[in-house]
Amino acid sequence: MSTSSMSTSAATVRPGPAPASGDMSAAARARSAAELDAAARAAVVRARRVRDARQVGVILTLAALCFCVLCVSLSLGEVKIPVLDVVRTLIGADEGGDGYIVTSIRLPRALTGVLAGAAFGMSGAIFQALLRNPLASPDVIGITDGASAAAVIAIVGFGLGGYPVSVVAFVGALVTATIMYLLAWRRGVTGYRLVLIGIAVGAMLSSVISYVMTISKVYEARQALGWLTGSLNAKSWDTVRPLGLALAVLVPLVLLSGRRLAVLRAGDDVARALGVTVERSRLALLLLGVALTAVATAAVGPVAFVAFTSGPIARRLVVDGEAAILPAALVGALVMTTSDLIGQHAIPSIDFPVGVVTAIIGAPYLLWLLAATNRTGRGG
Amino acid sequence: MTTGGSTTTVAQARLSGQAVTLRYGEREIVKDLSVDIPTGRITVIVGANACGKSTLLRGLARLLAPASGAVYLDGKDIHSLPTKAVAAKLGILPQSPAAPDGIRVVDLVARGRYPHQGWFRQLGPGDDAAVARALVVTDTVELASRSVDELSGGQRQRVWIAMTLAQGTDLLLLDEPTTFLDVSHQVDVLDLLTDLNRQEGKTIVIVLHDLNLACRYADHLIAMRSGAVVAAGDASEIVTEELVTTVFGIRARVVPDPVSGTPMVVPIGRYHADASAEPAVTP
Repeated sequence: MSTSSMSTSAATVRPGPAPASGDMSAAARARSAAELDAAARAAVVRARRVRDARQVGVILTLAALCFCVLCVSLSLGEVKIPVLDVVRTLIGADEGGDGYIVTSIRLPRALTGVLAGAAFGMSGAIFQALLRNPLASPDVIGITDGASAAAVIAIVGFGLGGYPVSVVAFVGALVTATIMYLLAWRRGVTGYRLVLIGIAVGAMLSSVISYVMTISKVYEARQALGWLTGSLNAKSWDTVRPLGLALAVLVPLVLLSGRRLAVLRAGDDVARALGVTVERSRLALLLLGVALTAVATAAVGPVAFVAFTSGPIARRLVVDGEAAILPAALVGALVMTTSDLIGQHAIPSIDFPVGVVTAIIGAPYLLWLLAATNRTGRGG
Repeated sequence: MTTGGSTTTVAQARLSGQAVTLRYGEREIVKDLSVDIPTGRITVIVGANACGKSTLLRGLARLLAPASGAVYLDGKDIHSLPTKAVAAKLGILPQSPAAPDGIRVVDLVARGRYPHQGWFRQLGPGDDAAVARALVVTDTVELASRSVDELSGGQRQRVWIAMTLAQGTDLLLLDEPTTFLDVSHQVDVLDLLTDLNRQEGKTIVIVLHDLNLACRYADHLIAMRSGAVVAAGDASEIVTEELVTTVFGIRARVVPDPVSGTPMVVPIGRYHADASAEPAVTP
């Protein structure tokens, strides 16, 4: 396993009808072959156990962290509630008093953060794995821009607010993704092409947003900008319910497709050779990814960089080379809830929208990624 | 090598193409081509660059659907079969595949088990055994937990072959498995494939650049030019100086390979040839 095996194995003489093994008795040869087989099998089993253990460990740790941050954020606010009381309320064993504040006011906001963060994280990981490009997350390739443009038009052009804006944003994301897919189609869709078209479409949509903002009234502009930043403010159970319902459908479907995704990452030809229906699987996974981003954006607005950063962070945590879909979802939830906690409580009296905090965290990562990929010459 | 006196009967071809036309967009690469892959033997496809040999292989492996004609696997149109069912019978290693960033050797090889997995079934002991066997055969056991990124070209090629072997198919198609390898690794890979053919009876189809290695390792040689088969059969019967001229567009001498006795092609360029090197026939 050392670096020296690289040079030595290059010169290895393979066992076979070579003179070296000629003087070995047949029995000895059979025994050593059996030993080699056993050793190889042990190595394979060990490697699988390492991978599975790491995966389970990462998932449990992230889930525990999420729960901790959730409890802390539920305990903080104008009325401080001890964390233990929060936990008691969550498991349904509270003795009245502050339970109402937790379950009716703070919990919907926190749960919205967890669910939307998980949806962004999962969606980003799907896109990045599917298009084999760390830049290919839905917030970079213009899908959230589609939601934003639609929402801004709804707010400024039609004076809508609240729930209808969410519906319009959801539809905007789907329509944008469809247009991108059709533009990228040339007897199949390649990752690089979709990324470039996505960035171009995103740029066009940004200019649409800018134009609509210039013709807006001050009040509408303020509302639109608030939506564009992404925020968990004033989220109630009316936000949590549809979001939770959508994830209850989408997440299992994504997890079931995980193995296809793993094979697709080895390239179209290899995937096809292994019996994956490439175009159909890719379209299905893209649809799931788009739907996840669309519901999350509809709920909380285009919170910057959560989709973009979660996948790479999750992939570094698990054994290398895995797509890490579920860990990415948990990282997304953790990034979102932690960012909201920071935004709400880091500076007393100032309540930053969650999108501001995630942008502050995410932008340096984007710069680092661009620098790092250029250095290693894997810009695509 | 025992290719010398063998006859190339193609009585039972599990894989065959009938009047196959293959296109990339409007560009027609292979036209109206019929071919039988003899079962249990090593077939090598040779030809000049852009003659359609890789395209033919992709067509035979259902990576590319024919515009007309059909490829038959065990008597059925390969495109009428579920692709996963085909993957349990036929493995193909495409030309210079790209591994996912950072993936470990053992995980890449385990991807070869995909055709044997269901929606819910995880990798089990049977899969472990197949993966371990593939690692042993390709001499990559000691690389198992290394990252594919950090391997040399020869090691990487062996790992990809291991992935294709882990698939556990009787039919094995390989597109230029020796590209980018130095000569010792080329021979290594071809010896490995011969082992698989001799010991496990696998049917193997290889696209190769090196005509001399092709003649040496092929039980059945297919020579292609401009998307058509020019000659097919036993190398020592079909490889003549005329054939080399037809297929590769160069003059050449064909002499017996001092190692294997199979035909060896010695090209004649415009320089460095003395009068005695003139071939028996001129183009």
